[in-house]
Formats: sequence, C-alpha cells, structure tokens
Amino acid sequence: MRIILTLVVAWIVAGCQEPPGNPTVVQFWAMGREGEVVRELIPDFERAHPGIRAEVQQLPWSAAHQKLLTAFAGDALPDVAQLGNTWLPEFAALHALDPVEPSVVDASDYFPGIWQTNVVDQTAYGVPWYVDTRLLFYRSDLLAAAGHERPPTTWGEWTDMLRAIKRRGGPHRYGALLPLNEYEPLLALALQQEAPLLRDGDTRGNFRSEDFKRALRFYRDMFDNGFAPATNANQISNVWDEFARGSFTFYITGPWSIGEFKRRLPASLQASWMTAPLPGPAGPSYSVAGGSSLVVFSDSPRKKAAWQLVQYLSQREVQLRFHTLTGNLPPRRSAWNDERLRSDVHARAFRDQLERVKPASKVPEWERIATDMQLVVEHMVQGSGLTIDEAAAEIDRRADRILEKRRWLLARKEQP
Amino acid sequence: MVIAVFFFLPVLAGFALSFTDFDIYALADLGNLRFVGLANYVELLQTPLFWKALGNTLYFVGVGVPLSIAASLGAALLLNSRLARFRPFFRVALFAPVVTTLVAVAIVWRYLLHTKSGLINYGLESLGLAPIDWLGDPHWAMPAIILFAVWKNFGYNMIIFLAGLQSIPEELYEAARIDGASSWQQLRHVTLPSLAPVVLLVSVLTMAGYFQLFAEPYVMTQGGPLQSTVSVLYFMYEEGFKWWNLGFASAIAFVLFVLMFVVTMLQLYVARLRETS
Repeated sequence: MRIILTLVVAWIVAGCQEPPGNPTVVQFWAMGREGEVVRELIPDFERAHPGIRAEVQQLPWSAAHQKLLTAFAGDALPDVAQLGNTWLPEFAALHALDPVEPSVVDASDYFPGIWQTNVVDQTAYGVPWYVDTRLLFYRSDLLAAAGHERPPTTWGEWTDMLRAIKRRGGPHRYGALLPLNEYEPLLALALQQEAPLLRDGDTRGNFRSEDFKRALRFYRDMFDNGFAPATNANQISNVWDEFARGSFTFYITGPWSIGEFKRRLPASLQASWMTAPLPGPAGPSYSVAGGSSLVVFSDSPRKKAAWQLVQYLSQREVQLRFHTLTGNLPPRRSAWNDERLRSDVHARAFRDQLERVKPASKVPEWERIATDMQLVVEHMVQGSGLTIDEAAAEIDRRADRILEKRRWLLARKEQP
Repeated sequence: MVIAVFFFLPVLAGFALSFTDFDIYALADLGNLRFVGLANYVELLQTPLFWKALGNTLYFVGVGVPLSIAASLGAALLLNSRLARFRPFFRVALFAPVVTTLVAVAIVWRYLLHTKSGLINYGLESLGLAPIDWLGDPHWAMPAIILFAVWKNFGYNMIIFLAGLQSIPEELYEAARIDGASSWQQLRHVTLPSLAPVVLLVSVLTMAGYFQLFAEPYVMTQGGPLQSTVSVLYFMYEEGFKWWNLGFASAIAFVLFVLMFVVTMLQLYVARLRETS
C-alpha cells in the first residue's frame, strides 16, 4: 500500500515539474479599465518575445491598494503591477520594489514632474505608464456670455470671471464645481506655492505656512462668495447633465473627462467646451502629478521577463495605442509629438500643464495626510466655524500624529 | 483543540497586537515594531472620531434594535393571525431581503433615497413635504441607514418569532376567550409573556449584530458625509485595512468586544431579575 502511495506521489510531483522549453509566465496586475484594455496589447508582446507569456489579472480600483498590501503580507505579489504613483513611496518603504535599471527606458523623454513621482531617495522604482493631472474644463459659451473671451491665467482673472458669471446667473448657477470629497483641487492650489507641504525631512506638517494658508483662503473664498456649491460629488447625480445645463462653468478634473464629455454632452454643446491649464497666483502654474506607474516586485523570480514587459508597454507606439484605447495620456514627450495627440484640441492644455506638475510629498503616510486635510477642509467649508488659522493648525496636528512613527524611525537611524 | 487553534489563538494574537504599533513599517521589517503598552487604548480614548463612531453605533443600536424587533414581531403576528391570506407568499416576500445580497439591494436603495429622482422623496413631495437629501445631509444619513438595515434584517427575527408564536398552545387562547379577554388582552397577557424567552434571544442576537454595523455604511455612504455614518467597526476597518495600523485597529476591536460583552451581560441580568420578580 505504502509503495503504491509513494509511487502516486512521485508521479504527481513529476507531473508538476515543467518540462524545459515552456514559456515563462509573467503575472501582471492592472486596475479597472486599464486592466481590461491592456489585454489587447499583450498578443503583440508575446509575438515579439516567444519565450514569455503575460497573464493579466484585473483588480477593481476601489480594492486594489488593499489587495496589493495584503498580497505583500502574504507573499503573493505578482511579477509586474500597475501602481498609483502616490502609492509608490509606500511600497518602496516596504522594500517591495525592484529599482529601475537606467537601460530599461530613457528617463529624459518623460515629463520631469511625472518621472519624479517614481523617485524615492534618488532611486527610481517605477516607470510612468500614463499621466493624470487636473486642470480647468470650462464652458466657453457661458464664459463669453459673461464677457470673457479666453480662460483665466491668474487667480485674480479667475475671480473676476467667477464674479461676472455669478452676476448673470440665478441662485443655482455657480461659477465652478469643486467637489468637497476630492482633495486634488485644493492640493493643486497648494502645490502652486513655494513652501512644501511637509517640513523637517517630511516628518512634520507644514500646513501652517503662509503659503498653504494663501491657497486655503483662495479655496474657501470660492464657497464663501457663492462661486462654488458646497457639495460633494456623490450628491451630484450626473456631472455631465449639470455641466450641459450650465449649473457651473468651470470644473477642475482630469484627462478621463475628455472622453466622458465627448460621449455624454449633447452634440449641440460639443463646440462649447474647452480645456485650459490651471491658473496660478500670478500666471499659469503647477498642478498635481498623478497617474499610474509600472513596477516590478523585488521578490519576483522572473524579473528579466517582467522588465521586458514594462519596456514593451513603455514604447512610444504602444503608448499611443493605449491612449487610443483608453484616453489615458502618455507620459513620454515624444509620444505627444505624434499627430494624433497634437491635433486633439482638448488634449493641448494637458500637454502644456504636464510641463508644470509637481509630485506631492513622497512619504508612505501621504495618502492619509491628504485624506485628513480634505476632511478638515470639508468641515470648515460646511460651516463648523473653523477659521483658516484653526483649520491649518488642525491639519498640522493630524499630520504630526500620523508622522510620529516616521520621526521615530529616522531618529533611530541617526544614532546607531 | 480545533477551537483553541482557530478561535482562541487568533483572539490572543489580536490582543497582543493591540499593545504594539504594528503598521506597514513593521510589515516591512519586524525590527520596526514597538511595544507601546496601553498607548493605543489611551490614544483611542482621546480620538474624537472614535467617540463619534461610538455615538453613531449606539444611535444605530438604540433606534435600530427596537425598530427591528417591533417590525419583525408585527410581521410575525400578522402572518400568524388566522385572518392572514397567502401566508406562504408573504412569508417568502418578507424574508427575501435577508437572503438577498446586501450590495445589490444597497444599489436599489441608493436610487430610492436619491435627492432628486428617488421614490421616497417623490412620496414626501406628494404629501407636501420638502425633499430630504437622505445620504448627503449629515443629519439624515444615519436615519436612512437605519431604515435600510431594519428593512434588510427584520425577516430573520420574524421567522424566529413565528416559530415562537406557533409553539404557544392553543388552549391558552381558548381559556382566555372563555374568560372574555379581548384580542388586545390576549396579546398582552398570553402572547407576549409566552414569547418572553424568544424576545430575549432575539434582542441579544439583534443587539450583537447591530453593534457590528459595517456593511451598510460601507456600501451606502463610505462613512460620509462629514463622517456622520462612521461606526466603530467601520473606523476599525479604515485604521486596520485602509491605513494598516493593525495595532491600533486591534485595540478598537477589543474595546468593541468589551462593550458588547457588558451590554449582553446586562441584558441577561435584567431578564433574570424579571424572571425572579
């Protein structure tokens, strides 16, 4: 009996061993729409690399971060993954990422602000896959009716326009839509300032600086003056309907909205909306550097094949195909020289803005700090009586608490 | 042995975790783990959001549990009455919410509760009342979630009550009728006293369930607006799995455990007092 059992076990074990010549299988996790679309790009990759097969697994965006961390804790990470670029510092702190070899891609071809989001302590850990920044989408017809022929370039001009729009419209006509449950619009205004958002080697909040308070005051005035409604995005059933109805003239949003606006606005309005770079305190200025990067995990036994996949997906032609399929904007300048992107009037402002993007603070705790910033500001705008100074102090207090562990770690590193 | 491995061990591990600051840095390298003693508990008691979450949870338990018991008892009485018709149909219809997927019905409810196009506001408007921003107004978000949770769960208790009602001997009612008791008196003096043990069971179960409010705010509001629907368990989830502060999250779990334990003991104590008096 035992002999038979041993034989069966031996046979099963032998069956599991891969005979030589089988392809290397690269596991690739991608999120949401990207995960769906990237499958179409894989056959060409496999044709070019006969020894490698790529298996794509699609994760929903809402669960992706958690799933990746859980996979890290359970040693179940794939070889390659798409990573939101604000998550990158966190995974770098976990030592989960393989550094990018300079030979993989030409870093100088990328928009510098976007490339910087992948660099932690002078080492690049990811390759930007597509970029995402926020700027103005606006109704040119409503703006013209309010007496302005071109979009604003400074905060002052913008305020004048918002005032002119408000003067024309009724009670339900607002100048701008700034959803209170998104921190990106305020973050973009804050990044336009000199002072960084964290200080002392990113171990304490710097939200009490005059610079941040200036951005916060400008943001708050939008609501206090009635330029923007104090609502969050969930309360607005359909942003495109409201935009078409003229409920607001300006909307700070990202590249995915180009496709949505083309699809969902009625044909009669298609000529009446446009994009423009974000106005700054004194002329065109910075916005947030968002987007996704491709990373290879340091525990992967198939790093060479994994980087080949990243290299393939970073090719100019592949990025343009990816852009046509998803509407996501390519991070390489050379891809933007292509006719398809140059002739897209709505993408033009993005090209301009991408030269002026700044990464947010690159600490693993950043996402949480930004979330707390948004919560405090939401309370402030919806009337809890917080003044600008109190709100700034409260954000600092929360940021300092969140960063406590980081201070301890750095202090320990300094005294061996 | 199996219970020891699969129940007590994780509980003890969680308890031990609550005295550390286990987070993503510790996940990367166990050398970054600190033993912090009671600091997590001290910090928890100083966190305003914890008190708010506790308040929300108690609000949910305080309003939701009586509502749920009343609704399920009412439904059970109706189904059990001799006047009722199509009993099997109604039994299935009222039990259906319990077995449907929460996420699926939450989507339907989000439409019903919608400010501009929701059926509920449409009804309010036809009564001449102003529409309510159910899920967007911090004051109305909790009532909306209670409404949803009661609707979703009352069928379960209804089945238990129905079984309890059917085990009351018919002779008791006959005797009451001979004594000239009205149907209200029958309910007060026969039905409810006979149901007392079932009511206790149901209230302990429902209370324990309602203290663990999580899925409803998770799918309906994500804790918003203005964190007005954050429950203790939702707070724990965010700390533990969104921000990976596992030590702190374990402390929250233990505080919730102690709270539920005390409340259940209190319920049993009150029930025993009643029995002896």
